[in-house]
Amino acid sequence: MEGLIVIAGLITVVVLATVILSRHAQRGARAVERVRPRGEIEFGERLTARDHVIRSAITSGPGIAWVTFFLLIPLLVMGVMGFVTNNALKEYQATGSLEAFKAKEVKGVTTSAFTLDNYKRFFGYGRLGFNPLYPKILWRSFKLALGTTICCIICAFPLAFFIAAMPAKYKGLALTLAVIPFWTNLLIRTYAWQLLLAPDSLITKAMNLIGVGDPGSPLYPSAGAVFVGMVSAYLPFLILPLYTAVEKIDWSIAEAASDLGADGKRVFWYAVLPQVMPGLAAGITLVFIPAMGQYVVPDLLGGAKMDMLGNAIQRQFGASLNWPMGSAIAFLSMGAVMIALWIYARTAAKRGAEALL
Amino acid sequence: MATMDKSVPAVETVEVVRTFGTARALDAVSLTIRQGEFFSLLGPSGCGKTTLLRAIGGLDYPDSGTIRLLGQNAEDIPAHKRPVNTVFQSYALFPHMTIEENVGFGLRMKKIPKAEAEARVKKVMDMVQIAQFAGRKPSQLSGGQRQRVALARAIVNEPQVLLLDEPMGALDLKLRKELQVELLTLQRRLGITFICVTHDQEEALVMSDRIAVMRAGKIEQLGDAEELYEHPRTRFVGQFLGSVNLLEARVTSRSGKDILVDTQLGPLRIDSSTQRSPACANPNFHVAIRPEKVALLSRSEGPGENRIPVKVQQLMYIGSETHYDLDAGPQKLSAELMNAKVGSQGYDIGQEALAYLPPAGLIVLDD
Repeated sequence: MEGLIVIAGLITVVVLATVILSRHAQRGARAVERVRPRGEIEFGERLTARDHVIRSAITSGPGIAWVTFFLLIPLLVMGVMGFVTNNALKEYQATGSLEAFKAKEVKGVTTSAFTLDNYKRFFGYGRLGFNPLYPKILWRSFKLALGTTICCIICAFPLAFFIAAMPAKYKGLALTLAVIPFWTNLLIRTYAWQLLLAPDSLITKAMNLIGVGDPGSPLYPSAGAVFVGMVSAYLPFLILPLYTAVEKIDWSIAEAASDLGADGKRVFWYAVLPQVMPGLAAGITLVFIPAMGQYVVPDLLGGAKMDMLGNAIQRQFGASLNWPMGSAIAFLSMGAVMIALWIYARTAAKRGAEALL
Repeated sequence: MATMDKSVPAVETVEVVRTFGTARALDAVSLTIRQGEFFSLLGPSGCGKTTLLRAIGGLDYPDSGTIRLLGQNAEDIPAHKRPVNTVFQSYALFPHMTIEENVGFGLRMKKIPKAEAEARVKKVMDMVQIAQFAGRKPSQLSGGQRQRVALARAIVNEPQVLLLDEPMGALDLKLRKELQVELLTLQRRLGITFICVTHDQEEALVMSDRIAVMRAGKIEQLGDAEELYEHPRTRFVGQFLGSVNLLEARVTSRSGKDILVDTQLGPLRIDSSTQRSPACANPNFHVAIRPEKVALLSRSEGPGENRIPVKVQQLMYIGSETHYDLDAGPQKLSAELMNAKVGSQGYDIGQEALAYLPPAGLIVLDD
């Protein structure tokens, strides 16, 4: 099996490289024919079609190889694994022989090693009848990711404008402060939140005073604790791209909007927001995707009640030892994220933002 | 807001002061701009002309002093409610909107009914000849086309006053000249008050009904083009609008309308009947003369009043005229002569001649 994967990978690299390079070469050759008898001039050099191929191989070759071996092939393996029965996979893992994936005849019934059951089970049609466990988990993860993203936007917007408006010598310091939590491992930061939300912490006592939580008990596990942990984990991902966009705002456009009769709110909506949209879009993507797969924070601050996609996948690959089911969940959640981002990209495009993917 | 009384000034500023840190961008500026006038604020960069324009438009507020728009104190009116629109130096078009949306933005903000707004947008886009670009984005247009869009976006709102901040600043000379004429025609047709900031003296002279020359936050001189050019009050105005020969003069005697003075170039007679400066009464003052007022005579004409022996040091032949740098001993003089004769023109380098400074062409300056 491993040998097969390596061979498949090499073939893919060769095919991809050939396709990409030959397109370069064709383009080069066409340009050469059209413009110069002895080669196309690029960056002040005369390049023949052969030069193009060599240069493309040197420059884009390593990237193509890396993505193929560490992204495309594993994805391919996972994609196939989602359609395999757990029994067949276990047999293969035990014997190391591809015989495991052949159809078997047991007591006169032929059973294939390939099945749609894993995907069916995700949508709730398991052996024990309809049970929307996974759609619920997906929905919960989606809500968490969406909520985290919205909270991050609300926190990051004023902060980005505030930092951008600071005198130049304090900007670097302010940005560093905003990013400092990043220097600590997420797991440690999340445990730190457990300490901060413990019964005798100042935060807990203050929250108890305004009627949140029971005195004497910690503020976690709870949905609120999960949100606090998630937002603090992902806020820098939104602040950085948003700040970069805010820095570049052409304020004369805002002045023009004001001059043409737009009040403060509409100046923001029509003249400022469209200018920061590319940064905002990048930030949203950077927050939403990892938040969707996050399980450490919900685990530590949400308790067992907050089962997320991440937990579900981890359980299948770990405790349940059901890799095919884990693969199916992983694939479908990836699809869900892509659909969500596609819908978002389309709406963003309508608002005149640049494409975010 | 809009008043029909044409005697009310379109814009009135009274002792307007604006400081940035320690710099006085506007130093007690008072001026009155009439309705329907093409008014230019002319001055070198940093003289405060753009600050004044922004204060009128409501994009900046004065530290003290009053600005009145059509008789109403503008302090109470935020930028988005002023009957004033601006054509920005950088054009500041909305990059994410089409040309049509850009032009229609002001009407959209004022919630003008859609049908009426569309008709007005179309009419204005036709007027400035950008109708064929309606669906494009600003980034797809050339500088001159963007300039027209910026203009259309402002005038579609039918403002009482249109502010133009260096409207031709980013355009090449040829386009600039074309647009100057167009802008002037447009202004006459619309009857809107135009206030134009520029550092280009020719642009100001060509287009304006009246010009205020600004320097260091103050208005140095205000008048129509001819008045500013023919009767500059200060050395600064004389040198900023066109070029001048400057002389220091000491009065030796006065008789009737004549003032006899002594200068570096020798004795000169000045005709005081054409002078407007109170400095005429002083014992010492500066005198200016425009290069084109200087006449060149052959040495054979002999010495005489206001005739100064010179030698041609350098000349520039520019077709319709020739510019001479003349060596007049202690000082240089410049002269610009029309090449009106048929055949060979004027004088050669090194040739000796007489420069004649007509008594009525000498201008006594305030400073």
